[in-house]
Amino acid sequence: MPLLEIKSLGINFGGLRAVNNFDLEIETGEIVGVIGPNGAGKTTIFNMLSGYYAPTDGTITFKGKLMNGLRPFQVAQQGIARTFQNIRLFPQISVLDNVRIGFHPRAGYNLVDSILHTPRFIAREAELTDQALDILATLGLEDKAYIKANGLPYGAQRRLEIARALAVKPDLLLLDEPAAGMNPAEVGRMVDLLRFVKEKFDLTVLLIEHQMGLVMPICDRLVVVDFGEVIASGLPQEIRDNPKVLEAYLGRSAVA
Amino acid sequence: MISFIQQIVNGLQLGLVYAVIALGYTMVYGIIKLINFAHGDVFMVGAFTGYFGYTLIKLPWPLALVMAMAVCAIVGVLNERIAYRPLRYAAPIAALISAIGASFFLEYFTSLKFVFGPDYIVIHPPVPDITWIIGGVRITIVQVIILGTVVVFLALLQLLIFKTKMGAAMRTVSFNHDAARLMGVDVDKTISFTFAVGSALAGMGGVLFGFAYPELWTFLGIMTGLKAFIAAVLGGIGIIPGAVLGALIMGQVEIMTAAYISSQARDAVAFAILIIVLLIRPSGILGRNELEKI
Amino acid sequence: MDKKKQVIMALASVLVLYAVLEALMMVGIVGPYWQEIMRYAMVVTIGALGLSIMYGFTGQFSLGHAAFVGIGAYAAGLFNLTFRHYGILAFLGSLVVGAVVAGVVGYLIGVPILRLKSDYLGIATLGFGFIVTNGLQNSDKLIPALGGARGMTGVPQVQGFGWYYVLVLIAVILARNFIFSTHGRACTAIRENETAADVVGVSPARTKIMAFTIGCALAGLGGALYAHNIPFLHPDSFNFLESINYLIVVVLGGLGSLTGTVITAVGWAFIWEVLRLVLGPLYDFRGVIYAIILIVIIIMRPQGVFGGIEASCLVPQIKRRKTHAAAGD
Repeated sequence: MPLLEIKSLGINFGGLRAVNNFDLEIETGEIVGVIGPNGAGKTTIFNMLSGYYAPTDGTITFKGKLMNGLRPFQVAQQGIARTFQNIRLFPQISVLDNVRIGFHPRAGYNLVDSILHTPRFIAREAELTDQALDILATLGLEDKAYIKANGLPYGAQRRLEIARALAVKPDLLLLDEPAAGMNPAEVGRMVDLLRFVKEKFDLTVLLIEHQMGLVMPICDRLVVVDFGEVIASGLPQEIRDNPKVLEAYLGRSAVA
Repeated sequence: MISFIQQIVNGLQLGLVYAVIALGYTMVYGIIKLINFAHGDVFMVGAFTGYFGYTLIKLPWPLALVMAMAVCAIVGVLNERIAYRPLRYAAPIAALISAIGASFFLEYFTSLKFVFGPDYIVIHPPVPDITWIIGGVRITIVQVIILGTVVVFLALLQLLIFKTKMGAAMRTVSFNHDAARLMGVDVDKTISFTFAVGSALAGMGGVLFGFAYPELWTFLGIMTGLKAFIAAVLGGIGIIPGAVLGALIMGQVEIMTAAYISSQARDAVAFAILIIVLLIRPSGILGRNELEKI
Repeated sequence: MDKKKQVIMALASVLVLYAVLEALMMVGIVGPYWQEIMRYAMVVTIGALGLSIMYGFTGQFSLGHAAFVGIGAYAAGLFNLTFRHYGILAFLGSLVVGAVVAGVVGYLIGVPILRLKSDYLGIATLGFGFIVTNGLQNSDKLIPALGGARGMTGVPQVQGFGWYYVLVLIAVILARNFIFSTHGRACTAIRENETAADVVGVSPARTKIMAFTIGCALAGLGGALYAHNIPFLHPDSFNFLESINYLIVVVLGGLGSLTGTVITAVGWAFIWEVLRLVLGPLYDFRGVIYAIILIVIIIMRPQGVFGGIEASCLVPQIKRRKTHAAAGD
């Protein structure tokens, strides 16, 4: 059984068909890339997967469970975490707390424990803090744990967003342009980091990216989307040589 | 039936006064996304200035009206300059608190003995006491004056916004400050102008209010201003026809509640309707609900 | 300084402050008039802590906070009026009743209206505030003891400052505990970025309702104390302008700062009296001066006087460990 199974997914915004008949299956442990020109509907697919938009038609099945109709926080609790194209951290609170918020559904203590700071609260908080620091250490952010998130440089903010997503303990990680705005050296480091994180946390990854320097070395498979539909899918090398893909990216005249 | 029509006429009178005040709230909200709490107090300043215009200075009332509008325009512009402009790019709540401060300032300052004074003033409207009875429904000259003045100024406002360069600038700035700047619009000037127009309208509302409900004191602007503001929200804040629509509804709701339910419940019913409308249409009757972009 | 020492120092100063205040009251330097204002300051502090949690920390705007203070005051007042033969027990019971009733009403109104955002939520709460005041004005038609527009009298008064002081302390400690927990962090996350909070598993609806309910319960507790400080309850004491006052306190104190809320609440409760003392014959100008102070402070510190600052004795110690301890595995 695939970890994630998307069947003929589609959504309308007013009269606009933003995504149409989108199919995708992802096996546990895969890294799959979704590529395509701007406005092709990639982020819209992510928004449906994470529960922001309700699909107009089609189904999303995750670990054998139908996900349609779940709210984003419920999707997260089922084990799908994501990052955003335009970074969305909690800017005014510490790096550590940004990660600890990811533990919220599994904090292991209730509101009364919180208000009274009971022994259970104290024990669990210590554990959560430890786990958060571990995640931060993995992403090279432990020494920044006590500063505010908006004090981090851009690249570190991207990593913090991934750290926060890992705190959700996801099976599936959705990354929306993790290398946006990075130079080739930084992209290289992001490739290494993603590989490392994927192994360490036993993840399956679905990512959207424009930077071929990230997509090519890291993805097991690619799906190309244009005008809300899948126009090609296959191994990275196959996709690179596919004329339809070139056409979608460069426009019809360039190929003809 | 006749009494019902009479209530509609009374509701229209109140609604039209609310409409001119609501316009100022909605224009300011449209352009700087601020709930201008001091706007109701500008309205109060208009009511007093008009009153002193046709009593102390003995101006004919149309001139007193113009004078009140001019004074309010100046008060509104100064208010923005001093209390809001320094906070334009701070968190919106800071400007809101400053607006509350400005509101207190206008109330307390005008209630000083050498300004308008702390007492109630009873007005004798400077218009002949004429009442027509049409099919049993009483229509007063004050109502005719209110209707005429408001309609004329609404038409002028419409012309200003859609047919002049300044109006185009206002629409651009309300869309996006940076884009407006790039297009060569003087954003500061446009905002000042918006305050001037909105405040002048409030001043007009104040003078007309004085004719219709002839009892003034310097804290008059709090409740009337709030009602007008609620009307703007009801119609869809930031949208000019929405302010007028909301105000007319608000006027009817209040008068009808007072007439047929209980005059004590008029505020509660008005606010209950507001909450229900917001729950069904979170951006007001004519407001657009936009999907948040992620 | 080490955390334990800090907390002990803080508790010691709190005790010393109390001893000094009690001593001043005993020798008569602080007379009954000022004592009433001191108790009022405690009422405002507790109410403001509630708004601080719902607005300062969770970002849910309210322009109707005083209504919940009023609900707590009337509920507590009615309770103590009914059970007054039980003396101090009735007083303590009425505190619970005030908080619970306001909390329950807050929950019931919060469920539908917390779907609204920012200004619209403020407007809906404002509307609710008016409905409550209006309801209280007509309350005598349902329960004569509430007095309606004539006001409610006869609630036994509790004038021991110690009660008020201790309750503020408890409220501060509980609020602080809440803020520095996963529930408090969830609130802050909602304030900072609702979309991002949602995606990491924090339910926006539940979190907002929780914060709103707690905030309203604290308002109700403040109200319950209010009912025992002033022998005459009137709906107008909990109107829109009073809600604005709570908002001013929380914003001037600094959003997201318990320290700021407490200090500003106490300061605010005294400002009119201080202006009276300072202005003397120019007392007529107090309102103008107050307005100017408000505008000047907010222009100078738009983030509030204590924005982003928390007294370190309130911040729990976070375990720090040597960097790289867990790295490299």
